[in-house]
Amino acid sequence: MAQIKKSADTNVHQLNPTGSAIGDTMVKIAVLVKQVPDTNSKIQISGDRVDLSSVKMVMSPFDEFAVENALLHKEAAGGTVTAITVGGNSADKVLKDAKAIGVDEIVRLDCTEYMDSNAFQKVISEVISQDGYEVVYCGKSSADTGSGSTGPGVAEKLGWASVSNVTDIEFTDGLTVTAPVEGGDAIINVSTPVVVSCDKGSIKVRKPNVKGIMMAKRAQVEVKSVSPNTSSVTIVSQSMPAEKPAGKKFEGGQSAETVVQLLRNEANII
Amino acid sequence: MTETVIIAEMHKGKVSPTTNELVGAANLLGSNCTLIVPCTDSSVADEASNISGVTKVIAAKSSLFTNYDAAAWAQALDSVAPQGIVVTSASAQSKDLAARIAARRDISVVQDVISIDGNTLSTPIYSGKAIENVSINGDVVVSIRPNVFAGADNDGSCEVQVIDASGDLSTAVKELVERASTRLDVSEANIIISGGRGMGSPDNFSHLEVIADTLGAAVGASRAAVDTWAEIPHSMQVGQTGKTVNPNLYIAVGISGAIQHLAGMRSSKYIVAINKDADAPIFQYADYGIVSTWEEALPVLGNALSNMLS
Repeated sequence: MAQIKKSADTNVHQLNPTGSAIGDTMVKIAVLVKQVPDTNSKIQISGDRVDLSSVKMVMSPFDEFAVENALLHKEAAGGTVTAITVGGNSADKVLKDAKAIGVDEIVRLDCTEYMDSNAFQKVISEVISQDGYEVVYCGKSSADTGSGSTGPGVAEKLGWASVSNVTDIEFTDGLTVTAPVEGGDAIINVSTPVVVSCDKGSIKVRKPNVKGIMMAKRAQVEVKSVSPNTSSVTIVSQSMPAEKPAGKKFEGGQSAETVVQLLRNEANII
Repeated sequence: MTETVIIAEMHKGKVSPTTNELVGAANLLGSNCTLIVPCTDSSVADEASNISGVTKVIAAKSSLFTNYDAAAWAQALDSVAPQGIVVTSASAQSKDLAARIAARRDISVVQDVISIDGNTLSTPIYSGKAIENVSINGDVVVSIRPNVFAGADNDGSCEVQVIDASGDLSTAVKELVERASTRLDVSEANIIISGGRGMGSPDNFSHLEVIADTLGAAVGASRAAVDTWAEIPHSMQVGQTGKTVNPNLYIAVGISGAIQHLAGMRSSKYIVAINKDADAPIFQYADYGIVSTWEEALPVLGNALSNMLS
């Protein structure tokens, strides 16, 4: 069925605060978002797999900063922001959450099977390349795997620059980003195309308003089918970490002296 | 046997002791281990040639290794590294590099590996609330969590080959801003002392800093502390939404042990908890628990440590 092309960018002119001629500076921005268990939730195992059936699913915390930075970029330079996720129907919620705070388009790459990092990055980078995005934002890592591979991996597959663990961004000609290095921070100039992996910085993530939530409810998720390559890394099992044996517990502040002795004589670490 | 290729972990321009752990891990994955040392001055690679279990050291020499540029480093290291299983550290920068090298070679990456059993690798998921065991088939890039694997000894010797490496820089460092304090970041430290909301006010973190300076430790914080007090920056936050750490010693002060904090520090080798609430969940993970207010315990702790270390 042919999709009706919405006039998605009718608002873009009002959103450009500089009032410059944005016809030639329209940036096509993508933001990668992922649905993960709420970080306050307890993870349980059933059989040899994690059981997420009774866990609340939310947008991965660092992805929230990626969405915010993508929106700030659009507001500074003019353009469109598309939120992209990978998953089944149930992942639509994370896209609607992004829509509610202001992204223009929402796209789900329809796939529920496991993909290793190489297969996953290939699927993402193909869409980024086919649809002509110039800047990609993502969280520095997702709260489930914690691997942080997607941003740099997708950038490499596209032949783009990447900057990771970014805490601040200035939207200049290109981007000026702040990222931690040994002993401090580096302020780095980078030109597009680029993948920016975001950490929590000084920015505040905007909250949806009623209008945004209503719009998100009605918004259509564009579903794209993908055909991933075979994975060379496969999951064998998932399990709980080994429980630590019970430690020693002391009453009263004076016992700190005993603990220091134990750290030296029993633990041998100081 | 499988070839392994290690990217040495560097610290202040020198080969970091973590590299010995990478060699230890690589020897579990295969044999014929080539160690690549990214450097601007190839002489720093010489000291790596005595790590036992290394077959050959390649000093990848280039001015681009002055500052980290993900694309250029991946390009340069890929060009000098032979095929095989590539092993890096799981520090923030090296994980980033690992992902780029894997993508460049059209292979997968397994990050933050904590155990190796043949072709089966284990990694923490949900910040360590669970463990995932994966099986690898063919070449992959593997990043190794520091402080977990036994390090190889320094009683070997092998050839050092110097290769001029090159890559196309895609970023330009405009400015390096040194941290105001000389204290280590939580991601770099072997000892961390963290405060929670139980510290009462951000000013009281100065009591943690005194002990941190005695120990050469970093000062961390719980999410509750970071969210409550603007003076405590997110860069100090330990936990699932901050930094996951596994130092030799983690001292939690006034931290009750929210699930997302525990996820970020529970794999520390030794955990000391100071909390006035005897039922605080943190005590279940503590090797040594002290039920006390921090006001009472910290001066005693501080004195005992400085007496011992002076």
